[in-house]
Amino acid sequence: MRSVMDVLDLSVDELNELIKTALDIIDNPEKYAHVCDGKKLATLFFEPSTRTRMSFEAAMYELGGHVISMSDAGSSSAAKGESVADTAKTVSCYADIIAMRHPKEGAPYIASKSATIPVINAGDGGHNHPTQTLADLLTIYREKGTFENLTIGLCGDLKFGRTVHSLINAMSRYEGNKFILISPEELKLPSYVKKDVLQKNGIPYEQTTDLVGVMPQLDILYMTRVQRERFFNEEDYLRLKDSYILDTKKMEYARDSLSVMHPLPRVNEISVAIDDDPRACYFKQVLNGKYMRMALILKLLKEAGTI
Amino acid sequence: MNVDSIQNGMVIDHIRAGYGMKLYELLGLDELDVSIAIIKNVSSKKLGKKDIIKIDADIPVNLDIIGYVDPSATVNIIKDGKLVEKMVIGLPKTLTNVIKCKNPRCITSCEQEIDHVFKLTDEANKIYRCVYCETKAN
Repeated sequence: MRSVMDVLDLSVDELNELIKTALDIIDNPEKYAHVCDGKKLATLFFEPSTRTRMSFEAAMYELGGHVISMSDAGSSSAAKGESVADTAKTVSCYADIIAMRHPKEGAPYIASKSATIPVINAGDGGHNHPTQTLADLLTIYREKGTFENLTIGLCGDLKFGRTVHSLINAMSRYEGNKFILISPEELKLPSYVKKDVLQKNGIPYEQTTDLVGVMPQLDILYMTRVQRERFFNEEDYLRLKDSYILDTKKMEYARDSLSVMHPLPRVNEISVAIDDDPRACYFKQVLNGKYMRMALILKLLKEAGTI
Repeated sequence: MNVDSIQNGMVIDHIRAGYGMKLYELLGLDELDVSIAIIKNVSSKKLGKKDIIKIDADIPVNLDIIGYVDPSATVNIIKDGKLVEKMVIGLPKTLTNVIKCKNPRCITSCEQEIDHVFKLTDEANKIYRCVYCETKAN
């Protein structure tokens, strides 16, 4: 049974196919309005989430399907000590596909090994969040028209930011891209990502703490939030949370063609004043995420022979 | 020092000096009621010094553990006092329940009865990563 845990589970050809499907959904929504009639998506969210959960639910509804879910993890059988494997087996009896978010890294992978239906990783701790990366990729494609020869600035929490690691992995598969890594010393990109992905594939990158200094070079600026839930120590969080705030002043240094992205939710790292700037793409990302989740649900249900 | 040759069992030879005890423990040999000899710091032309483990019993041994602790160790299978097979294990591609993931955020820290599985991701640097959270094994 095909499941998706990591964006790298999908080949470049498959990613291109998903992008193509998403673009077709955007142009012809009525064509897809009933393709999942009578099918059910189970959303298993063991960690708070607003946009990802609603995005999956909206995606399934727009395909004509239904959604079943637990009201919250605290009232589920998991709170009584049920294993992830047993939960996945049980839910397989009710639904056609699962979207799972879990605070523990690897939990959706265990679910995928036990489930008899496809499982989509909707975020596992600080590990992977492939459908966010799919949203990012569709946004890049729609804004830039290409995945190649781009200078991509990644700013903020590059240590714990799972979306950053996934995006680097995904964009490293295309020709001519360069990464500029902007973060405080304590939140630098982990060495294994640099070594295993960037250095191994000979991809140019530079590390800096100076956002303004690199702004003029960027085609894309991917901002991230410093996530309170990834810190064991509150003091460290408070010290680092305001490291980078993108405001209208800093935007003056950027190209007119810059695309500002953010996986959201934001706290204060992007000033609200930038929302009206045509270079702001983060709410477009949210919409693109729904289209890519629709495309992914369709692909997996087709491969499973469900539709 | 005399250590008798064995009749039926296994000789794990060319273990890097100092790794014999670690291998003994990881293989769970301390829990067995059979004759076992651990010989430490034996002179070796190839290694300078080496450790050797002799197991005088025909028991199943997890060869992946030997490969993980020392990929250049050799395993000699002895039957009726004669050497019948000699092999170098090399680094195993996968390790199941040999080591545990130390990442407190990994699902293995709370899910019960789950195999701890690591995959070899970098052979040159002997790097294994947890299949669940991709944390590097120490």
